[in-house]
Amino acid sequence: MTKTSMTVNGKAVSAETEGRTLLSAYLREGLGLTGTHIGCDTSQCGACVVHVDGKAVKSCSVFAQDVEGADVTTIEGMANADGSLGTIQQAFQDHHGLQCGFCTPGMVMSSAALLAENPTPTEAEVRHYLEGNICRCTGYHNIVKAVMAASGQAVPAE
Amino acid sequence: MPKDGGIGDSTKRREDIRFLTGKGRYTDDINLRGQAYAYFLRSEVANGRINGIDAKAALAMPGVLAVLTGADFAGMGGNPAGWLINSRNGEPMKEPKRPVLAHGKVRHVGDAYAVVIAETYQQARDAAAAVEADITELPAVVDMAQALADSTNLVHDEIGTNQCFDWGWIEDNRAAVEEAFKNAPHVTTLELTNNRLVPNAMEPRASLADYDAGTGDYKLYTTSQNPHLHRLLIAAFVMGMPENKLTVIAPDVGGGFGSKIYHYGEEAAVLHAAKVLNRPVKWVAERSESFLSDAHGRDHVTKIELATTKDGQFLALRSETMANVGAYLSNFSTATPTFLHGTLMAGPYKTPLVYVNVKTVFTNTAPVDAYRGAGRPEATFSIERIIDKCARELGLDQAEIRRKNLLTPDQFPYTTPVGLVYDTGNYQATLDKMTELADLAGFEARRAESAKRGKLRGLGLSTWIEACGIAPSNLVGVLGARVGLFDAATVRVNATGNISVMTGAHSHGQGHETVFAQIVAEQLGIPATSVEIVHGDTSKIPFGMGSYGSRSLAVAGSAMTKAVDKIIAKGKKIAAHMLEASEDDIEFKDGNFSVAGTDKAKSFGEIAFSAYVPHNYPLESLEPGLEETAFYDPGNFTYPAGAYACEVEVDPDTGKVEIAAFTCADDFGNVMNPMIVNGQVHGGVGQGIGQALLENTSYDENGQLLTGSFMDYAMPRADDVPFYKVDHSCNTPCTHNPLGVKGCGEAGAIGSPPAVVNAVIDALHRGGHTHVSHINMPVSPARVWAAINSK
Repeated sequence: MTKTSMTVNGKAVSAETEGRTLLSAYLREGLGLTGTHIGCDTSQCGACVVHVDGKAVKSCSVFAQDVEGADVTTIEGMANADGSLGTIQQAFQDHHGLQCGFCTPGMVMSSAALLAENPTPTEAEVRHYLEGNICRCTGYHNIVKAVMAASGQAVPAE
Repeated sequence: MPKDGGIGDSTKRREDIRFLTGKGRYTDDINLRGQAYAYFLRSEVANGRINGIDAKAALAMPGVLAVLTGADFAGMGGNPAGWLINSRNGEPMKEPKRPVLAHGKVRHVGDAYAVVIAETYQQARDAAAAVEADITELPAVVDMAQALADSTNLVHDEIGTNQCFDWGWIEDNRAAVEEAFKNAPHVTTLELTNNRLVPNAMEPRASLADYDAGTGDYKLYTTSQNPHLHRLLIAAFVMGMPENKLTVIAPDVGGGFGSKIYHYGEEAAVLHAAKVLNRPVKWVAERSESFLSDAHGRDHVTKIELATTKDGQFLALRSETMANVGAYLSNFSTATPTFLHGTLMAGPYKTPLVYVNVKTVFTNTAPVDAYRGAGRPEATFSIERIIDKCARELGLDQAEIRRKNLLTPDQFPYTTPVGLVYDTGNYQATLDKMTELADLAGFEARRAESAKRGKLRGLGLSTWIEACGIAPSNLVGVLGARVGLFDAATVRVNATGNISVMTGAHSHGQGHETVFAQIVAEQLGIPATSVEIVHGDTSKIPFGMGSYGSRSLAVAGSAMTKAVDKIIAKGKKIAAHMLEASEDDIEFKDGNFSVAGTDKAKSFGEIAFSAYVPHNYPLESLEPGLEETAFYDPGNFTYPAGAYACEVEVDPDTGKVEIAAFTCADDFGNVMNPMIVNGQVHGGVGQGIGQALLENTSYDENGQLLTGSFMDYAMPRADDVPFYKVDHSCNTPCTHNPLGVKGCGEAGAIGSPPAVVNAVIDALHRGGHTHVSHINMPVSPARVWAAINSK
């Protein structure tokens, strides 16, 4: 076991890891940050997306030791400083962009990465960008709506 | 206008805050001090004899605490089927034992036969590789027709057949239906499959078991849609313990879609292991295990025939179906292809004669059970596809043939030829609304525009009905159900006026915490924020059959409103005492109890406080406290219905289908929260499009699962679907429950697949490929291209 340190949600943290410990396991088990979810074992579902040095990454496909010293943001770090929902989180609530909530952390993290790259994406761009995040509840309608709304664009009335 | 936060308001969901900030508490997020981890060994062959399991090497590995095998559970009971179905000849169905872990034989790839418990998950997984299982592979039974034809190769040797039952519904209709077909001016015939699906809720199944050696109490945190049903099955049927020694908690659950209704062996295995080791034991499925061991859905092979007049009046309908139940009977597996399928074969139409035959078949594949819609999507797909084919044969418009045969509003209540009584509906209204919203009048112009781009555009319709709000216990009892399907609620008004509602429904995405609070707030005239909804814990809620079959509001919601009515009645007694008036003179309105015709009144909060500070109560006639429980058993099923339109564009060069538009006009009865109802329809339609275009579960002839991960099982993704148009303004409130609600959870998944396939066939016909009469789902590019080029 090795002590692995990084910055998560603005705080310096460390936890014991094996070489094979995934970043997702490091966050969930090492740090108790259970907002990052594991929905598959083939890096397909995107429930575990976090930001590593500003880039959206599936945390199940990265070894914790490989991102030693990185600056990581998880869903737990997305609210405003006063604890209120951040813009994207608020848009997901306003537009009913989540149901069971399991894919939601990954959806929010991917959406945040999209809007950082492309502040006013088209509907098609949103759908294409979110291909790596599977949701079984919403039929994606309200997720796409929420992301469009979070970018300040008009959304379909229903 | 509804008052803020009351019935009919699109109140934003309160549960979203925890889900959006990473504070949800799913089973895998819960950890108990000293917990060990389980890893299950699963069969790599579809059919095999277990000669021996040698765990010596595994037990010597670091951190390993125990290896349990089927032999350790052989003395326990079997996991039962919830419905007893009789065959046409009166024989009861074959019901082989479903053990906790496979013992003697493994019967499908993924069938668990041993479990390793270790200090860490990785240690358990590593040690599993050192368990030596001597298993002789036997020939697998995979194809249903072969399984029925071959009585030498059996999934369960002890029952002597691969057929579970051969069911006729209604057997008394059979002769009259045959006669009608003999004399019919026109008969349309279609053979089709309803493709096997993997539910794939995004949260894999998980269980965390705890045992208190001091009291002998077990506690199970698990991914359940119905914790009381789990408690009943585990305690009374499998492990043989008093129900009051087991608490089942289903915390936040990440989607269910049917797959988390059922009790699975892993749950009993970790409970037993927790006792053996005197430590909590956790198991979380990897997605690969979900594919191999969650109950799959659908998997019907059907021949359906429709007899009509030359102008398209339906005279009779009959179908013969083989339904796969997989290797073991899952809890609802016998009800799904029968009473949730055969009873729906009249659809929303006035077809006078209907007969349905279903043979259920054991195969060496994962168990098959109810998946969103459960039997009703299979019925709807068969009916709506054959109507489409019939219309083409007779040269009739798709909307007209439906309009001609739909039941009319004056016909309700309507007794169908397959044993249901539809209480209310207006199928013309939803068809008209869909016609308007989908702009069917403008279709030809859109088709011409698509043609300019080299695309074939098609329009497909589906007018569907379902029976939900499951279910009247007296009726389902006659039909073979071994449980009642009522529900319960306790409303506890605390001394300070806030309220806890313990409901038997379970929310795993449906938003009950918000909607149920809206309803109670409306009834009591208090802010919704004063009401908290408690669910998912057998130690807190009175009883509950859980959430599936679009039953939460119609059944558990009705129990809740009944309990609130009792609270109001008790409040009136208290008010009468406090106001020194007759109970009969007390009126309750907008949160105030008042004496009729006076200005004497007490607020709800004052009544609640008085109930817990009863300093001068006449105790012989008035009990302190303000808490009521109600049980509600529905008088009938509810019958949501709707009309859907799908437009597709087909690329004739590649066979690729794109959904260009999807429109839903539904009748759900009264709507409590329109935002949430719309979301339920979106999700159902997304799943229906997935079934129609993308998803398929494929086993090879040896019973190996070829689609065992998200890399080869095509889940719908954001760019596979469009924005949907949904509407639920054509309401005919349910006549027999207090809220007038019908249920909306399954609608989209029921109505959408035939609309998609009808649209593809329509596109091909309009494009001149009139030789294509059907394509089985999923309507993949390869299948469409092959169909186009099959002439």
